Amino acid sequence: MRRVVIRGGLAPHRHFAERSGTASSLQAMASYLDHAASTRVRPEALDAMLPFLRDECGNPSGAHGAARRARAAIDNARDVVAEALGADPGGVVFTSGGTEADNLAVFGVHDRHGGTVVTSATEHHAVLDCVRALDGVVVPVDSRGVIDLERLAEALAEPSEAARRVSLVSIMTVNNEVGTIQPLRDVVRLVRELAPDALVHTDAVQGVPWLDVAWLGQEVDLISISAHKFGGPKGVGALVVDRGVQLAARQLGGGQEQERRSGTQNVAGIVGLGAALAATVAERATTVERVGKLRDRLADSLLAAIPDAVETGVERRGDGPDRSNKVAGIVHLCLPRIESEALLYLMDKQGIYASAASSCASGAMEPSHVLAAMGIPRDLARGSLRLSLGWSSTESDVDAALDVIPPAVERLRLFP
Amino acid sequence: MTAATAERPLKVLCALSGGVDSSVAAALLLERGHDVSGVTMKLWGGESDTGCCSVSDVDDARRVAQQLGIDFHVFNFGDEFGEHVVEPYIAEYAAGRTPNPCIECNRHLKFDRLYRRAEALGFDAVATGHHARVVVGPGGVRRVKRGADAAKDQSYVLSMLDQVALARTLLPIGELTKAEVRAHAERLGMRTAAKRDSQDVCFITSTGGRAEFLARHVPLAPGRMIDEEGRELGTVPAVQLVTIGQRKGLGLEGGGAPRYVIDVDVKRRTVVVGGEHSLYVSRVRCVNATWSTVPVEGEVLAQASAHGAALPARLEVLDPGPRSSPSSRRSSLPGSALLDGDPSVSGSDAPGWPRRGSLVGDGIVDVHWDEPHRRVAPGQTIAFYHGDEVVGAAIAT
Repeated sequence: MRRVVIRGGLAPHRHFAERSGTASSLQAMASYLDHAASTRVRPEALDAMLPFLRDECGNPSGAHGAARRARAAIDNARDVVAEALGADPGGVVFTSGGTEADNLAVFGVHDRHGGTVVTSATEHHAVLDCVRALDGVVVPVDSRGVIDLERLAEALAEPSEAARRVSLVSIMTVNNEVGTIQPLRDVVRLVRELAPDALVHTDAVQGVPWLDVAWLGQEVDLISISAHKFGGPKGVGALVVDRGVQLAARQLGGGQEQERRSGTQNVAGIVGLGAALAATVAERATTVERVGKLRDRLADSLLAAIPDAVETGVERRGDGPDRSNKVAGIVHLCLPRIESEALLYLMDKQGIYASAASSCASGAMEPSHVLAAMGIPRDLARGSLRLSLGWSSTESDVDAALDVIPPAVERLRLFP
Repeated sequence: MTAATAERPLKVLCALSGGVDSSVAAALLLERGHDVSGVTMKLWGGESDTGCCSVSDVDDARRVAQQLGIDFHVFNFGDEFGEHVVEPYIAEYAAGRTPNPCIECNRHLKFDRLYRRAEALGFDAVATGHHARVVVGPGGVRRVKRGADAAKDQSYVLSMLDQVALARTLLPIGELTKAEVRAHAERLGMRTAAKRDSQDVCFITSTGGRAEFLARHVPLAPGRMIDEEGRELGTVPAVQLVTIGQRKGLGLEGGGAPRYVIDVDVKRRTVVVGGEHSLYVSRVRCVNATWSTVPVEGEVLAQASAHGAALPARLEVLDPGPRSSPSSRRSSLPGSALLDGDPSVSGSDAPGWPRRGSLVGDGIVDVHWDEPHRRVAPGQTIAFYHGDEVVGAAIAT
């Protein structure tokens, strides 16, 4: 009889490390293909953060030397964000992440300006749920997941009674599940033309690693970003607000972030965000090219190896799939006669970490609202698989996935 | 675990509800050297406060799994739960019957859907924290046996299991009393050691209750109340909410001998009320009969509720049902030795796993009570025992 030892408190970490061999098992053993969920912290970010987790402990709101050093550190990060997004450093509001930034954008604008909020059907829940809570308008997307600009125009050109006045249009830069790039310039143009008093917000969380977002600051009024999607730590992000945009604060207190978001700033996190963003921007062009090739090999090989597999939202043409509307890091497939849950389990057991759709509060997979909005039939959507690459992805990640996934699919198809 | 204890380690998928029973079940399996993974089924996405499978229960299950050092997964079977448990619950009440959703959940989800998933993922067996035992008799016949703690015995809700399902089922805590289970949990320092047992249906909140849930799905209709002679006695606000045997809540409590609902006719919106003697019948026609092995006739002990008394009765099989053939007739399965620890049995000799819907019965039986028995509300399960072992079950009409 084996003695069972209960672990409590800190032990679960240690236990995981024990079970998997080493504490850095993530690199050694697994192929991490879930970068759209979160990314490894870049070495530059970790190095930048460490002093603020060790000796530097000042509160940026204070007056003395330690406080001023902390303040300078976060303001340097502020400059990095401003430059990356083509915005004013004074417009950068640090938050606890993308979700808080989205909530601040939607509720912050609505609380201050009232009116109707318009968004798209494939937004992240951090925007969609807020808009639904405000009885906002949800504009459909097409089968590629691209917002229907005609329907958006209709929604914007509603008769202008006070109640129907559009105060905010929120459209994400890149969709987190399927990787579709939204036509933001067209969206902005429509809004300026048809609802000139409305503000435009974009959740750029998934766009930052893959697209040049420096034009956003000039054209878009509010932009959300999240550090852990581009090699920074979890728990920190920003809402970048155009000069002159009035926002109601959601969090009151000491008046930090120019009264827009009270609370002692997450100094180490913000410093990490800044370092990660700087590195991301500097390397972006080469990363996009390198990862794009990995993505193509991964997607093309899986499509060839798995009968009936569908690459979601991608049109196949004579000369091959047209992925021009997708970011380089995301492969999304729909596999007939497969249940995502079961496939991800088998992949997990063999060290391939990926995901499909989103999780609900209990950790179970929920049917994807994104796929439903794209008109993907339920049977196909049940077999969805998202493999997402990132700055740390390698050829061997792709090799491992190609070794594991097709046989796992074959096995599961034996058990309908 | 009794005779079904395996000597060699099995890959076991242990269902964790977040309660102390399933927590200890997982711990016991680990102690016996099995390779255990934990799973919670996400079944109901609405409000839940009854202590089964709410978000906080899933958290408890996850933490127990972490403490035990086992994998933990959540499987979303919400669609099937809606189709096989919630929709029929509503339809049954709408038709004036009294369903048992926890039994239907076992029949379609816990011992069907979950088993098919376990098979697909390469497990050898599924374990739960039910207070019951799987015993192996002569010829390898498996039966559900009452748990060691009579007050907590859950064999009734497992009464639909057949040989194929039982060959893949481990019930680790059946040999323990509830007190022993809690003591085991405390010794291990489990966070769920003192957690209150969940008693109620997971999709009915304790605040709103059945009435509120049904009101949202069924157009509740008022009905007339008459006595056995047809005399008008009054009205009821919702005829679908009235259960046979009910005494309270009908406005009849003013003196005289107690009166009970002896029949409900939803179509005619009529409730018939009578004296206690009218509640007693000597026979009940049952449908959807399932069997542990083969249809059984003659003397049994019949139990008509989860913790009711099992009373002597004679079973008469009117129609064994087309399903009670090959798999259930097998009294000894090749490879059932898998769970008896026979190392010579390999994967290809192992018995199959339950097919979809294999625990749905279609036999028809009459239960002749030795002594007159209160009428069982149509829709309720009656489980049949030989001694302490389940031989079959059916649903009262």
